[in-house]
Amino acid sequence: MSQEDLSRQAYWRAHLRLLGICLAIWFLVSFVLGILVSQPLNAIQLGGYPLGFWFAQQGSIYTFIILIFVYAWRMNVLDRKFNVHEE
Amino acid sequence: MDQQTLSLLVVGATFALYIGIAIWARAGTTSEFYVAGRGINPIANGMATAADWMSAASFISMAGLIAFLGFTGGAYLMGWTGGYVLMALLLAPYLRKFGKFTVPEFIGDRFYSKTARIIAVIALIVMSVTYVIGQMRGVGIAFSNILEVPLATGLIAGMTVVFIYAVLGGMKGITYTQIAQYVIMIFAYTVPAVFIAITLTGNPIPQLGLGSTLQGSDTYLLDALDQTMVDLGFHAYTEVGGMSMLNMFLLTLALMIGTAGLPHVIIRFFTVPRVRDARKSAGWALVFIGLLYTTAPAVGAMAIWNLVNTVHPGEIGTEEGHLAYEDRPAWMDRWEQTGLLAFEDKNEDGVIQYYNDANPEFAAMAEEQYGWEGSEIVTLDRDIMVLANPEIAGLPGWVIALVAAGGIAAALSTAAGLLLAIASAISHDLLKGVFMPRISEKRELMAGRIAMGVAILFAGYLGLNPPGFAAEVVALAFGLAAASLFPTLMMGIFMKKMNKEGAIAGMLVGLLTTLLYIFTYKGWFFFSGTAMLPDTPEGWLLGVNPTGFGAIGAVFNFVTAYIVMKLTKEPPQDIQDLVESVRVPRTES
Repeated sequence: MSQEDLSRQAYWRAHLRLLGICLAIWFLVSFVLGILVSQPLNAIQLGGYPLGFWFAQQGSIYTFIILIFVYAWRMNVLDRKFNVHEE
Repeated sequence: MDQQTLSLLVVGATFALYIGIAIWARAGTTSEFYVAGRGINPIANGMATAADWMSAASFISMAGLIAFLGFTGGAYLMGWTGGYVLMALLLAPYLRKFGKFTVPEFIGDRFYSKTARIIAVIALIVMSVTYVIGQMRGVGIAFSNILEVPLATGLIAGMTVVFIYAVLGGMKGITYTQIAQYVIMIFAYTVPAVFIAITLTGNPIPQLGLGSTLQGSDTYLLDALDQTMVDLGFHAYTEVGGMSMLNMFLLTLALMIGTAGLPHVIIRFFTVPRVRDARKSAGWALVFIGLLYTTAPAVGAMAIWNLVNTVHPGEIGTEEGHLAYEDRPAWMDRWEQTGLLAFEDKNEDGVIQYYNDANPEFAAMAEEQYGWEGSEIVTLDRDIMVLANPEIAGLPGWVIALVAAGGIAAALSTAAGLLLAIASAISHDLLKGVFMPRISEKRELMAGRIAMGVAILFAGYLGLNPPGFAAEVVALAFGLAAASLFPTLMMGIFMKKMNKEGAIAGMLVGLLTTLLYIFTYKGWFFFSGTAMLPDTPEGWLLGVNPTGFGAIGAVFNFVTAYIVMKLTKEPPQDIQDLVESVRVPRTES
């Protein structure tokens, strides 16, 4: 296997690790905090918001936005590191 | 100036703007027509994507749905935004790297199969046409309501405007028009929300107002709303109700996967210059969508609060606790005339009682203690909440005109995006890709424009004569996208060994099981009376609502594709190399 193929594989593995972390956060804020454990979480208040309700109707959306930008930023770093970035 | 003239002026001015932009941004080449010459800045593209994505359903219906569902309405909020995470992480950058014009083109090339491409075209056309019918109807209703013209007149005006700017400008014209439409839409949505948030809580930011205390009181708005709803026999606003936890989970997942698989949204990411722009562009799209989507919960909660407190101004069951029918505000009277709001004085006491008479315990208690004989708001269409909101809050006429223009902008921008996806599927995938590979660029452009014209006429006709299934159709469109296109696209990128046999079998199984499940409960091709099982939680298989079935259809697609792939031979080497190359932004070394 050539040097380039090895580096390509390492790039893809690093990429998949980043994807896994991002998707775990995506699942956590929406399906776990916003749905599955939302009712017990409602006992905690965030200002006038019960916390579970806040995640379902506000917090998950804010997290999604941040998540995409963090992913884009980390990917740019990764692209440069493995020298596959665009001009 | 009366309200009608004002509305006409505002809506007319926005139409002139859209057509002006189309003339300025005419498309000359196929690349400009399909993907705007790949020259759109990621922030501009994000804004256009937001307008493309947010349809009449987001603008008009969603806050009303949330108002009556409460907490579980979060399924729509999370589902329709979380899909962008999937799109940004799992599809957009790779499809941009692949560098073609349409979604079926990717499927056809990746799975080296014209059959796969044709199945993708069929799925795309079915879901886009069903979706566009709802938009055309939205345009017609918004027009006829505000301008007091017949539905047909409103619809034809809307069709003409879409025809001019979509056919003339292609993707380039559509993109710039959608940027203008986004600005009108978001302004129209937030202005009434800000006014109402100030009135109720003193906080001008709706997202913060919803978590604030009521004006002149120490009670939080949401706590007061919980109490009010419970007092009337409904479930507490911030707790599970209206749908089960299982269905909330499945609906959220189906809407997310469906969003990520909608072809007219995916092609937006073909219009940016580079792979890295595709990633960032999805983020910007979600910023612009999030602006409306985080405002919607405040609009919904405040609308139901205002409504209940209008009907029940004092303590329930007391003399001054009820609104006398004679004293009802003018906006109620106006909406009664449309038939979307109706009262019936069941116990003939001259005042209105609004409560949950489907709750047997509460209904029995109310009858015994208060002498109530059923909820007296007998019709309350959820779709009127956003449109009536400025009137309920007593806002000036220009705000009402603006909301009308915003609703029309939402419907037109989505219709245009869908029409372009249909036109490109027909001219590029079917004509150039399959039947007439040697067609010249000029004739392909002409074919695209003709296809778009035919699609507009067809959608307009069905918008006038709807098969009577507006809400289900949206669910079907999402279910189909979730069960057919998304899994296939994702496997095409992340599973190098996925072959054409697996992809075709997966798409067919996902598509057919979802259709079968929906038709079982909604009737064959939505004809009423042909449903084989009752469309109720008791009748649903394992309690799964047909609107959330797309998530399960997607799982069937994945599993079938995997099994078939294992049983058949692996894809040729050049296809595996192709998959390797879409995974990295720059391959030439």
